[in-house]
Amino acid sequence: MSSEPYVRTEMLSEQPAPLGQTGILRWMRENLFSTIPNAIISTLAFLFVVLILSKLLPWVLQPSWNSESISMCNDDPNITGACWGVIRTRFNQLMFGFYPSELQWRPIVTFIMMLVAIAPVLFDKLPRKMLAFSAIYPFLAVWLLWGGSIWGPIMAFAGFPIGFFANKYLKDVTGELAAMIIAVLATIIWWLYGASLVSGALASVIPLGITAVKSSDFGGLMLSITIGVSGIALSLPIGVVLALGRQSDMFIIKILSVGFIEFIRGVPLITLLFVASVLLNFFLPPGTNFDLILRVIIMVTIFASAYMAEVIRGGLAGLPTGQYEAADALGLDYWQSMRLIIMPQALKISIPGIVGTFIGLFKDTTLVSLIGLLDPVGLIVTIQGTIEWNGIVWELYMFIALMFWVFTFSMSRYSMYLENKLKTTH
Amino acid sequence: MKKSVLLGTFAAVGVMAGAASAGTLDDVIANDVLKCGVSTGQAGFAAPDENGRWEGFDVAVCRAVAAAVLGDQDKVQYVPLSSKVRFTALSSGEIDMLSRATTWTLSRDADLGFTFLGVNYYDGQGFMVRKDLGVGSATELDGATICITTGTTTELNLADYFRSNGMSYEPVPIETSAEARGQYLSGACDVYTTDASALAAQRATFENGDEHMVLPEIISKEPLGPLVREGDEPWGDVVRWTLNAMIAAEELGINRGNLEELAKGTNNPEVNRFMGTEGNIGEMLGLEANWAVNVIAAVGNYGEAFEEHIGEETAIGLSRGLNAQWTQGGLMYSPPFR
Repeated sequence: MSSEPYVRTEMLSEQPAPLGQTGILRWMRENLFSTIPNAIISTLAFLFVVLILSKLLPWVLQPSWNSESISMCNDDPNITGACWGVIRTRFNQLMFGFYPSELQWRPIVTFIMMLVAIAPVLFDKLPRKMLAFSAIYPFLAVWLLWGGSIWGPIMAFAGFPIGFFANKYLKDVTGELAAMIIAVLATIIWWLYGASLVSGALASVIPLGITAVKSSDFGGLMLSITIGVSGIALSLPIGVVLALGRQSDMFIIKILSVGFIEFIRGVPLITLLFVASVLLNFFLPPGTNFDLILRVIIMVTIFASAYMAEVIRGGLAGLPTGQYEAADALGLDYWQSMRLIIMPQALKISIPGIVGTFIGLFKDTTLVSLIGLLDPVGLIVTIQGTIEWNGIVWELYMFIALMFWVFTFSMSRYSMYLENKLKTTH
Repeated sequence: MKKSVLLGTFAAVGVMAGAASAGTLDDVIANDVLKCGVSTGQAGFAAPDENGRWEGFDVAVCRAVAAAVLGDQDKVQYVPLSSKVRFTALSSGEIDMLSRATTWTLSRDADLGFTFLGVNYYDGQGFMVRKDLGVGSATELDGATICITTGTTTELNLADYFRSNGMSYEPVPIETSAEARGQYLSGACDVYTTDASALAAQRATFENGDEHMVLPEIISKEPLGPLVREGDEPWGDVVRWTLNAMIAAEELGINRGNLEELAKGTNNPEVNRFMGTEGNIGEMLGLEANWAVNVIAAVGNYGEAFEEHIGEETAIGLSRGLNAQWTQGGLMYSPPFR
């Protein structure tokens, strides 16, 4: 009996992969249930998530958006959990504090312009000309937020050209170092005395301005962002200078940098804030009105700068000495070698640390509630102090946590994007 | 630019620190705003509503002073202060006056360098417990855990009371009344002690207020009132007599309703002096003649302010008790306006 082997004559049509090898099932098998311990951990974790959500979701999903007070929530038999009416009635306050409601477009415009201003800094594919806007943005933002005469910010901005031209023209006359010192001094003197005189005179001739808003009206998330963004924007350059100062061969500069960094890092931020809010008042002459928010921004900035300096020093230390020597061998002077060779590499290494400091700084802004500034956390107490909302707790904290999370999470995602983009290893 | 002026003055600190300052009254008039320290939030006494307008019984004193000095009750810059920083804020000059449920004690008056200007609320420290704790009196609280606000007189009163009764307790220190509420309701402490008015206000907003009770013992005297820095008598006088004006107006039967009518002149010379139609008490204080009219128009008399913010019709539901007029068996008594 001859047995003819079976020979297929036509191609089999493509079959779908077995169920266990595709899509979600395969992903789950490979990632969640690859080994027995993994399977156990996955199951436990899943049960844990279910447990949390089963408690949390019924509490969160409540028809309480329209309630006017906590007693309305308590009396309503349909509402057994969160009383979200507090977010609806106090939303503007949580966002803007006591900023006049008819002027609230100003912080919104400032915020949108901030996104435009930082875009060219964050993404190098955008046209470089946008950086010009980034340069004038800080002055524009101060003017929009605080209002008042337009001449103040313009004259403050004028300090930079003054310093620049002083440096440029004096360089040939007095030599480089003296020119730089004179330029810095000229700028500072201009800011301290000249700017206010000229802007005052100009304002009396051409009164151009918008309604002024007092610092005490600032509050809510807007205050956190104002303090956080100013601190972030100022602390990076100051941190770079301090880090370089600490590595410097010049004794005085080195000692000053080390002293500053070690002193500031050795003090808790809340101490600095109390100094800003309470102690400074004892030292200042009676009747001076040194803006509290400005004081806080200064304190937060020097605090963050000290940490930033150490993070960047870590980056500098991570570079092999060969890089420094190579820069010298190319005949670059100190600033050129820092700008072109050392800093780009050091900053790249430090990105996770820098962003970590930024995120910490942004979250630390909530400490200002302890000195009586009404940031979102400070507003919790005042909202609880009203008869309508006395006793509301979790709703406010959850909402504020969510707002902060949006910002810190975007920062950390951007840092990952940047690390990937700058990755030169394989 | 404002910033640069300030930094400049900061640099000149050493030179100017010794320079004498003008009186607070002149400063307030020159700045056209009263900087008033208030609580960061206490139901009925001080809290901003959803439009950011501060309201409450303590806030009413700030408004009254602004109305008396500046003629406008809204010319107040409220500086919210925690109980820890309130005294430094006042002595450093960050605020012009403090109206923040602050107990008048000898040491604060004499040692801390403040002048207390009267009492706008007579309070006393009480205890709140859960009914199922089975305690009927504060003398049965031996060994209890007690939620207590730090940096206040209540802390010292509590220690005194337990020591003199030979009992022990475990303190749970807290910062704000909201925190106290959370701790107490979650069972972190058996007892919550603070001023009886605040206990009543808290209990009024509990979900199950009936399950809690305020014990009968009041263990301290807590006269709460506004205060200013020591050594500035003209300014102290203004605040003292603004508060007295509110109290006297109730006694004299002056209220928001009949204010305009009475301001035209009456047969009662004391009312006329109060209204500024006779005599010159406004001038003596360095104020406009109609200062007291502005006060009553702004916040009402003492009784009206009480009923509006913390009285029996409100959620706080406090009865007048010790805070009734002296003619009604209470302690509210204003020296005469002459």
